[in-house]
Amino acid sequence: MTDSTIQSVAPASVKVETPFQRFRAEFFESRIATCAFVIFTIIVLLAILAPWITPQNPYDLAQVDVLDGRLPPGSEAFAGYTMWLGSDGAGRDLYSAILYGLRISISVGIASGVIALFIGMTVGLLAAYVGGRTEAIIMRVVDLQLSFPATLVALMLVAVLGKGVDKIILALVVAQWAYYARTVRATALVERSKEYVEAAQCLGLSRMRVVFGHILPNCLAPLIVVGTVQTAHAVSLEATLSFLGVGLPQTEPSLGVLIANGFEYMLSGRYWISVFPGIALLLTVASINLVGDQLRDVLNPRLKK
Amino acid sequence: MTVFVIRRLMQAIFVVFLMSVIVFFGVNVVGDPVYMLVSPDADQADIEAAIRRLGLDRPIWEQYFLFLKGALQGNLGDSFVFGEPALKLILHHMPATLELAFSALFLSIVLGIPLGLFSGLYPDNPVSKGIMAGSILGFSLPTFWVGLMLILLFAVELGWLPSTGRGDTASIFGIETSLATWDGIRHIFLPALNLSLLKISLAIRLTRAGVREAMGQDYVKYARAKGLSTSRIIFVHVMKNIMIPVVTVMGLEFGSLIGFSVVTETIFAWPGMGKLLIDAILQLDRPVVVAYLMIMVLFFVLINLVVDILYSILDPRVRLQDQGA
Amino acid sequence: MRKLSAVAVATVSALALFTGAALAEKLTIGLASEPTSMDPHFHNLGPNNAMSVHIFDRLIAQDEKQRLSPGLAVSWKPIDDLTWEFKLREGVKFHDGSDFTADDVICTMERAPEVPNSPSGYGTYLKGKSFKKIDDYTVHAITEAPYPLMANDISTIPVISDSAGCGAATEDFNAGSASIGTGPFKFSDYKPGESITLVRNDDYWGDAPAWSEVEFRPIKSGPSRVAALLAGDVDMIAGVPTTDISTLEAKDDIQLSQGVSNRVIYLHMDQFRENSPFVKGNDGSEIKNPLMDQRVRLAISKAINRDAIVDRVMEGVAIPAGQLLPEGFFGVSDKLSPEAYDPEAAKALLAEAGYGDGFQLTIHGPNDRYINDAKIAEAIGQMLTRVGIKTAVETMPRSVYFGRASRGSPDGLPEFSFILVGWGAGSGEASSPLKSLIHTFDKDKGFGSSNRGRHSNAEIDALIEEALQTVDDEKRQDLLAKSTEMAIENVAIIPTHFQVNTWAAKKGLKYTPRTDEYTLAMGVVKE
Repeated sequence: MTDSTIQSVAPASVKVETPFQRFRAEFFESRIATCAFVIFTIIVLLAILAPWITPQNPYDLAQVDVLDGRLPPGSEAFAGYTMWLGSDGAGRDLYSAILYGLRISISVGIASGVIALFIGMTVGLLAAYVGGRTEAIIMRVVDLQLSFPATLVALMLVAVLGKGVDKIILALVVAQWAYYARTVRATALVERSKEYVEAAQCLGLSRMRVVFGHILPNCLAPLIVVGTVQTAHAVSLEATLSFLGVGLPQTEPSLGVLIANGFEYMLSGRYWISVFPGIALLLTVASINLVGDQLRDVLNPRLKK
Repeated sequence: MTVFVIRRLMQAIFVVFLMSVIVFFGVNVVGDPVYMLVSPDADQADIEAAIRRLGLDRPIWEQYFLFLKGALQGNLGDSFVFGEPALKLILHHMPATLELAFSALFLSIVLGIPLGLFSGLYPDNPVSKGIMAGSILGFSLPTFWVGLMLILLFAVELGWLPSTGRGDTASIFGIETSLATWDGIRHIFLPALNLSLLKISLAIRLTRAGVREAMGQDYVKYARAKGLSTSRIIFVHVMKNIMIPVVTVMGLEFGSLIGFSVVTETIFAWPGMGKLLIDAILQLDRPVVVAYLMIMVLFFVLINLVVDILYSILDPRVRLQDQGA
Repeated sequence: MRKLSAVAVATVSALALFTGAALAEKLTIGLASEPTSMDPHFHNLGPNNAMSVHIFDRLIAQDEKQRLSPGLAVSWKPIDDLTWEFKLREGVKFHDGSDFTADDVICTMERAPEVPNSPSGYGTYLKGKSFKKIDDYTVHAITEAPYPLMANDISTIPVISDSAGCGAATEDFNAGSASIGTGPFKFSDYKPGESITLVRNDDYWGDAPAWSEVEFRPIKSGPSRVAALLAGDVDMIAGVPTTDISTLEAKDDIQLSQGVSNRVIYLHMDQFRENSPFVKGNDGSEIKNPLMDQRVRLAISKAINRDAIVDRVMEGVAIPAGQLLPEGFFGVSDKLSPEAYDPEAAKALLAEAGYGDGFQLTIHGPNDRYINDAKIAEAIGQMLTRVGIKTAVETMPRSVYFGRASRGSPDGLPEFSFILVGWGAGSGEASSPLKSLIHTFDKDKGFGSSNRGRHSNAEIDALIEEALQTVDDEKRQDLLAKSTEMAIENVAIIPTHFQVNTWAAKKGLKYTPRTDEYTLAMGVVKE
């Protein structure tokens, strides 16, 4: 999908490269981005492999013992294994809890991001391309949505819906789709007035084809930037909701819940309970952001030197 | 232009009405305020009396009708918890939140735009890389966690600034604000910084992206070719072009500052309306929640209206498109 | 710093003037929960009552252990089965200089249950009582039936001024014009969400407080409150989180005071539904409600390691509970002790009841109401899972929790099967929890209003009702103790622990802990 963008600006090169190879080469040009990509890959792998590489399933209450609670890093658990990162107030091994928490946080962030992106993209394109009354109505709804801070929207929704992963995702989608819609519409509006769209229309291409085949690829760069920011935002929004007491259930903690739980231990010297999950969250969000940043630079033809 | 404004105004009124329905019914689905309010010593008859006194025995549509009737007369209902008009409570807490949000906005613009400008102009400079890394951190750290860290560092460890609460206030142009006293400024600094972190990062990124994009554009090349000085190109031509999106976004972000102040106000015990709201949600003080949200809707719809109008003045294409509809 | 030096200057000048007689000293207290109003009759709520004690005296005072002592009444006694006589204190003046007389009492008792917009008033304590002025310093309270708890009820009603307060609205109290009492402190300033400032009443009839000015600042977040104390922004804080106690103990410049409260944390079990919504068989199918079986309830009680909860979850700051009030309170039994932790016996009991393979259960609890509530629910979930009852844990904000727990099911009944709740005995004696938690749910008589497990036992009911009509203290004590013993024997309820509250102050200040969890400036003394 990105081919058209890159090909169109790619200087005549002697080497024969597929667009993807070229994209890959440009992406890994930056050492920071490479690092971030590697870190993010490792994090995702750890999250996927969590059940096989952790000593404890922190969601199985039979394996968690309150007598193991608040042990400092390196202590031995009742069940015999060593808790390298210590344990939290409920007796969960933090290393296990963080990996399991990563699973939840990442899937919540990505799932809500992808759904919101899809909805927002469709709605935004529709608005920009169809125009007229439809656009006015859609953009009023978007404004309406944006007029509420995302935190408030999510807070109200979760308060109504109750706790649970699916409900959090729904709340985050509702809180975020409008950002995508607004971005896509704004970019598409500019794109719509460009010559190539007119040319495509003159060629008699179908509306769908023009919108999805020509306008959409050109909206991708800003979408990706918004997408990374929003995914990162989704993860910390989830943590915030947990902090306010309406997030995910205590017994199946995401990174956000782990940090929120550790929050109350901050002054008591038991730093590990919130610092380690905090670092995990920081690495996750920061690496997503850095990868997104680099994608943006690579995908935006106007930044090419 | 007038048609455009009237159109948008009509739409805004419709939106406010629609939101009143959504908000009212949404809020009334959650929980059961009676059990939050009555003393545990109350027996069943007391509980029923409380339900009647709060008007909760009426069907929901009737409650909504009463609310609407009151709202049109400027009465958004009485707080269950405080027994005072919800509107009065919110207006009483509003200055504290507004001054916090304005201070945060001020900090994010004053710090964010120059930093973004620098890192956009010199993307390969190590300082720029540091700025960008910092902005990534600003995005990645949860607000509540940073808030506590700030308190720990500046109030507890170093003892430079007070940890919580609002300081002395004084009146400037008839408005009570803590920005008018030294004690007040000392109190507002940490919460404002906490609240602005995300927005500083945002301003940095927006400005940097805008600058980088603008620097590659034809008009900059022409300006260079014409022999204009670099500083003139940057501060007149480039800034003019990037300020529009930056200001638009920051204006919209003012709303999210007010929304996010819920968290900051909770941590710093800042007596603003965000804290009033979170307390009202936790205590199911429905009239206050509804009134708060309605005021927010009104507020943001107005901001939107102003932004739209400004936008249409700055970029005529937008207006033309709307009229073409 | 500025504040300190201001105090220092004030202290020096005060020394110069009065040579140490009454020092001008300011005390700043960080509160965990804020009063919702300055109107003492507006909302019957702990923080409101604690605040109003500063400004408004009661006819009968409650000391730090909730024992009754003379307040604005110097004596009270039943003169016949239906009449109590109160002799009022003479020579007491309100903050505005007017005299305190029987008229103030009569109008107080009229206003207290009738405040407009009040979400929860004081009618609960005044029901079935009428008041008559005999002379300026004598008042009679007349009831329809013999009523032993008259003094306890009257001790909850703040006395306001006939001239300044009785005709006033809640807003007038918040503004201060009606907040005229006889108490040790006078209203000075009220900024909701921000601060409440009181100044000393130099003409107070009782012991003059040590502080010329007190400022209360609500700081809801626990860590922020601790940080405010450590940073020196406040002199004392209430509601020290258990997690920070050991840190604060280690600091030389901080002093802690701890005291057991009147609040018991307990478990209610669904005992009224044949099929309970959150009890399932191992395969997820509906089964007959095992919680109806006393052996299962006893097994649950035995499966709970109370010492572990106290030690690990509460960090040692709680007392394992075997009944409804801690020892020392009126009406407690001296025969009961906490059920010993015995997982083997629990498993045996479950097997005996036909649940050798266990069943599935969900424990519901609040996550923002009691000290460490969510963690306690989780620990209990772990412990029950270990004896074979596979327990899921679900906690929620109290705004959602209490409504659902009380009448959340489609037919308006309690929604959950197994819940974690707490009960603070406001009256400071055992009839309060017995009447509300143990007695059969009876709407007409007003009993069992918080009996969310709907345990019902006619014998216990009869004992409780008899106690509530017995004026003789010794007999009543026996009846209350007896009904408590029976309730525990039948496992109507499973008490887990009594909350212990902690206050922290900077060095040199000492707070006398109170069982009613109130934070009172009068209780802060300099050492």
